[in-house]
Amino acid sequence: MVRYLLGRVGQALAVLALTFTAAFLLLQVLPGDAIMIKFMSLDMGLTADQIAEIRASYGADRPLWERYFTTVGNFLTGNFGISIQAGVPVSQQLATNLPPTLLLASLAFATALLLTIVLAAVSSMVGMEWLRNGLQSLPSLFISVPVFWLGIMLIQIFSFQLGLVTVISPGPVERLVLPVLTLAIPISAPLAQILMRNIDQVLAQPFIAVARAKGASRNWVLWRHVARNAIMPTLTIAGVLFGELLAGAVVTEAVFGLSGLGGLTYQAVGNHDTAVLQAIVVVSALAFVTINLVVDLLYPVLDPRLGTSMGAVT
Amino acid sequence: MTAEAAGGAGADVRWTARLKRVPVTLTFAWTVVFIVLLWAALPWLFTGYSGTEGVPGEQLRPPSAEHILGTDGLGRDVYARVVYGARHSLSGAFVAVTVGLLLGTLLGLIAGARGGWTDIVVMRLVDSMLAVPSLLLSLSIIVLLGFGTINVAIAVGAVAIARFARLARSEVMRVRRTEYVEAAFGSGGTFWAVLYRHVLPNSLTSVIALAALQFGSAILAISTLGFLGYGAPPPTPEWGLLIAEGRNYLSRAWWLTAAPGLVVVLVVLSADRISKALGRTAP
Repeated sequence: MVRYLLGRVGQALAVLALTFTAAFLLLQVLPGDAIMIKFMSLDMGLTADQIAEIRASYGADRPLWERYFTTVGNFLTGNFGISIQAGVPVSQQLATNLPPTLLLASLAFATALLLTIVLAAVSSMVGMEWLRNGLQSLPSLFISVPVFWLGIMLIQIFSFQLGLVTVISPGPVERLVLPVLTLAIPISAPLAQILMRNIDQVLAQPFIAVARAKGASRNWVLWRHVARNAIMPTLTIAGVLFGELLAGAVVTEAVFGLSGLGGLTYQAVGNHDTAVLQAIVVVSALAFVTINLVVDLLYPVLDPRLGTSMGAVT
Repeated sequence: MTAEAAGGAGADVRWTARLKRVPVTLTFAWTVVFIVLLWAALPWLFTGYSGTEGVPGEQLRPPSAEHILGTDGLGRDVYARVVYGARHSLSGAFVAVTVGLLLGTLLGLIAGARGGWTDIVVMRLVDSMLAVPSLLLSLSIIVLLGFGTINVAIAVGAVAIARFARLARSEVMRVRRTEYVEAAFGSGGTFWAVLYRHVLPNSLTSVIALAALQFGSAILAISTLGFLGYGAPPPTPEWGLLIAEGRNYLSRAWWLTAAPGLVVVLVVLSADRISKALGRTAP
């Protein structure tokens, strides 16, 4: 048990270290880096010496390995460097931009869960085959819709055609309704696909036939036996969903002009602000690895059948 | 149903049964892909209008017999722009899938066939690629390479490398345990020869199914990056860019955003359907 735990944590740390290194190599070894982009322009009127001085003040003139170890040390102490474009510490930018994105993402996640459960419940309780097939193919449709287009279409329909949601100076709740929906619909798709597949799998198990033979109604079996057994495996994609939420937030915030982590990412790409981008990449990888680790460790607790065989997993 | 009713509807039943055997959605999916490929190859056969030059005085016309999808703010026919855009979006997706397929399959093959330390190192690398949300990974690569159609395609393809590598590895592990591969090694086959002659062809079905699926995701990702403005520069009729441009006329001209978006949805859905028909994709 302890060995498994240590192995699993070690694996997570290895992935994190690799991600950090890859992001560093990818982003910090750029030919045209952020300092160049900001200070090279002729309007600034800086001489080559002055630029060299600025580079030195950011530490950009040091050899690569030295910069690498400095950056590692800085990240470990929570110092993510300085955004060259904005001139403020990246950690400060993250602190101001994280809360709105977290709010958007968690609201969207809750909505997606609701949507998934309603979809799965209705599709497994409905008797008519054509309706069930229709509902079961909805997730494939949701996955195929570009997030940004979905957002635009929602604005088009609910704001301009139906006039239900104002776009010009909306209230705090009204402002979030369409972005949350935009983000929730694509997230609900993989969730619903897995949940529906699981429900079908559980329904095919012998114990369901036994329960039915004992006289339980279809719906009773669905809620008492199937729901519990089918929801569990859905947990395993929690990590993937987190990535989808974050990527979706970048696009959603761009479409609706919201400020947040997405907006920050968008600007960082435009300005080649590599320090910001590296911090975002590393922080999101950290979140992904942590979520997966927690799910992996929690799984045997939630599903007692796995507890006994866990020693063999390593 | 009574015997009488069944007998009376006999011919009908046979007819519907035969119809049921034709996979309607699959046929539709192939048709969509075929048409879009034709758009990309021979756009001038499908429209008389130019994809990049507008007709003065015909700005923002709603869909009509003359312009079936209307015109945009510069008087360009939207249908023509969607047709000409197929080339950019499809070739981008093609490059992306090729990058992911070649590099990913190679990595997966080596990891699966070599095993040991090679396997551990390669798979941890793949894990770390999967740990970063795909859009962020693409954006990081775009920052490295710069903006543009090809760079966006490569950035999207790089994301797929990890998925192909995982699938290829699991397929190799599966095939490796079969007796004919053992026999090939036993009769003196070298490592690379056995890999090329036996393992690769037997792992290919799943990889091709994943390629079809990734083709759809690549079109989605490329249109997203095009929408954000990292892809081809403005006069290019790329699908994501078309939607981005239509956004400025949202309140007056719904067809500018609706039409290209629907085309993207149809193509991605079709790729998804074809991939499902080709075989299993999950590693």
